[in-house]
Amino acid sequence: MLINVRLFALLKDRAGADHFSLDLPEKSTIAHAIEQLRHRLPALADHLNHIAFALNRSYTQSNTPLQDGDELALIPPVSGG
Amino acid sequence: MSDDWIDILPTALPTSQAIDFVSDSRAGGIALFLGTTRSEKNAQGHDLRSLEYEAYLEMALPQLQTRAQAARSQCPIVKQVILHRTGRVEFSQPSVLIAVASPHRHEAFAACRFIIDAIKADVAIWKKEIWSDGSGTWVQPNVAT
Repeated sequence: MLINVRLFALLKDRAGADHFSLDLPEKSTIAHAIEQLRHRLPALADHLNHIAFALNRSYTQSNTPLQDGDELALIPPVSGG
Repeated sequence: MSDDWIDILPTALPTSQAIDFVSDSRAGGIALFLGTTRSEKNAQGHDLRSLEYEAYLEMALPQLQTRAQAARSQCPIVKQVILHRTGRVEFSQPSVLIAVASPHRHEAFAACRFIIDAIKADVAIWKKEIWSDGSGTWVQPNVAT
């Protein structure tokens, strides 16, 4: 299945992109996606322990299963205001 | 017309329009909070030049709308405005604007505080500090570096 990964702020700068597609086996979870990301984008590896996840624009946990077409946003610590 | 004006804007926040929006004969007080860019130096001694805000718009805007509804459940609000900037914000310019009209002043103050605290807690917006040497630092609260 294909999911769309969105990157913001520090993660976007480090990756040099604000989104990309990730091809994952069926029944993968967010944690599986993050493991694949560590290999594909080593520049992000140091930051992946300090992020939250939004699946289709709602915060969720890393054990959440993914489905084809999902939008997974990696949310670094927010600093609005 | 809605009694809430919630938006994320790439341009200067319209303070006087916000006050006009919340002005209402049912209100006994209007509280206005502006979060502004303040002067700072980084560890290398460089001066802060400006701030740059980035938002996950499709998520942050509904989050602000949810915070507005939560504020209404906490305080009697007649009208409210919540506006947040994206892009570059120069010194003394507001990056966030909250205006609340309530029947009584203490409710308006309480609602403003509730909303800004909620925004800072988890709304998907990020701030980058731009320094005089041209470098930039993403602000990462609560992360050991």
